[in-house]
Amino acid sequence: MSQATVIEAKNLDLTFQTNDGAVQALSGVTLDIAAGDFVSFIGPSGCGKTTFLRCIAALEQPTGGTLTVNGMTPEEARKARAYGYVFQAAGLYPWRTIAGNIRLPLEIMGFSRAEQAERVKNVLELVDLAGFGGKFPWQLSGGMQQRASIARALSFDADILLMDEPFGALDEIVRDHLNEELLKLWARTGKTIGFVTHSIPEAVYLSTRIVVMSPRPGRITDVIESPLPKDRPLDIRDTPEFLEIAHRVREGLRAGHAYD
Amino acid sequence: MRSVVPVLAVVAVILAIWYLACLPMNIHTALTNAERAGVAVQPEGAAERRDRSGIGLALTNPGQWADTWAQDKPRLPAPHQVLAELWDTTAMKKVTSKRSLVFHGWITLSATLLGFAIGTGMGIVLAIGIVHSRAMDMSVMPWAIASQTIPILAIAPMIIVVLNSVGVQGLLPKAIISAYLSFFPVVVGMVKGLRSPDAMQFDLLRTYNASRGQTFAKLRLPASVPYLFASLKVGIAASLVGAIVGELPTGAVRGLGARLLTGSYYGQTIQIWSALFATAVLAAVLVALIAGAERMTLKRMGLGR
Repeated sequence: MSQATVIEAKNLDLTFQTNDGAVQALSGVTLDIAAGDFVSFIGPSGCGKTTFLRCIAALEQPTGGTLTVNGMTPEEARKARAYGYVFQAAGLYPWRTIAGNIRLPLEIMGFSRAEQAERVKNVLELVDLAGFGGKFPWQLSGGMQQRASIARALSFDADILLMDEPFGALDEIVRDHLNEELLKLWARTGKTIGFVTHSIPEAVYLSTRIVVMSPRPGRITDVIESPLPKDRPLDIRDTPEFLEIAHRVREGLRAGHAYD
Repeated sequence: MRSVVPVLAVVAVILAIWYLACLPMNIHTALTNAERAGVAVQPEGAAERRDRSGIGLALTNPGQWADTWAQDKPRLPAPHQVLAELWDTTAMKKVTSKRSLVFHGWITLSATLLGFAIGTGMGIVLAIGIVHSRAMDMSVMPWAIASQTIPILAIAPMIIVVLNSVGVQGLLPKAIISAYLSFFPVVVGMVKGLRSPDAMQFDLLRTYNASRGQTFAKLRLPASVPYLFASLKVGIAASLVGAIVGELPTGAVRGLGARLLTGSYYGQTIQIWSALFATAVLAAVLVALIAGAERMTLKRMGLGR
């Protein structure tokens, strides 16, 4: 990868103090993410993949090591609104329409009304929800709600998109469809994407790099560069190359588990 | 429309029980009146009957039943007597008349509404403080709870006396007692409502670098609206109780509380009961108005079904 490094983590540690004593969520995590990369984080629960994403978003404070986002500290990057974050649940406000929900970050960031309307229209088209702006969240299916939440994260056009198991709660068919859509969206926008998942096919299908993590303490066990082409039809998942990467991911996950 | 039959059935049962209850309650007076008029009753002599049970007397003197439903100062007035009094003191009197329940109702209502406004405003302000400041959460909440454990009947006269000594009279003392009762459900409901969004919602606003004010306006406040309305319904009923209680200790001559008080001074049970019913109707109307505002607001917010 010759592009500039966007996210740089060196020896990142994070220890949570809980009532049952200290829990080491991240241990010695070192990783560079280049501009335009699609990086998936995969691992069993407790491996720190979400925690790492939250560190990038400055929603958690690392207790050791260094982490920069766009050359700034995560806190500065958050204040500079350097990233859009998509949570596991769509988390749309029930009292706002879809358009109103997408407008939320724009209102907070002080965009003009005309610009808000323009951007809402654009991102609604981007996630294939044009015409649904006036609907309330409960009138939409789960998949559509999650698409709206992606549109919300895209609306202010940050270069980085952080996604924490965004399709985890959706059924396989909807998930396949959204994976395909996400790849198209990524190709069109050229964003850097950090994507947490616990689905091997999803990670392999989407990513340019797959970061395999393991728990207790949360650490990186393998980083796999995907040789798959950028243009990926859904049936690429039946090719030998795809299966080979999936196999390597599975091996990495198993190796991580050998510790306990 | 299917619910009309059960509703009417319940009303009919209540009325039947009420009429039946009038028999033992009022039979002593009925027998005394009948004896004075020269009618033979069992047993003879008021002194003889004093310690007899009302039920027994009613059973042995079925001829006097009609009178138990038609006395001037019964222990328990019959439903039609209360209704007649209600009709007479609302529709048949000028609203400016001191005998009009509309006049007295308005006096109480104005104190209720003022107290409700003060209480709601205070409740919301306190809730905002409690949610945003840990110090306020620790220091104000215990006092708010303690304030509600004091019987309002005990504290109402003190409030009125203290305010009177600094020259505040009339509507305001009653409104303050009414606010004293109504702020509490608003505080509790609003605190719960302002805290109702989950951690993810707050994280989301953090990723936008939203200020505290923006978090409040865009997330906490709209999320609290359904909780607020639930509290307002409790609060408005409490306000009405507070206004009435506030009318009692002064020996007030105006207001529904005053009607209850003068009624009990002069044994005017029908007047007491009609004032009680006027209060109940007023409370029902106020709660229904809030429920209507709730439906409209939630519908406009897209939260209605």
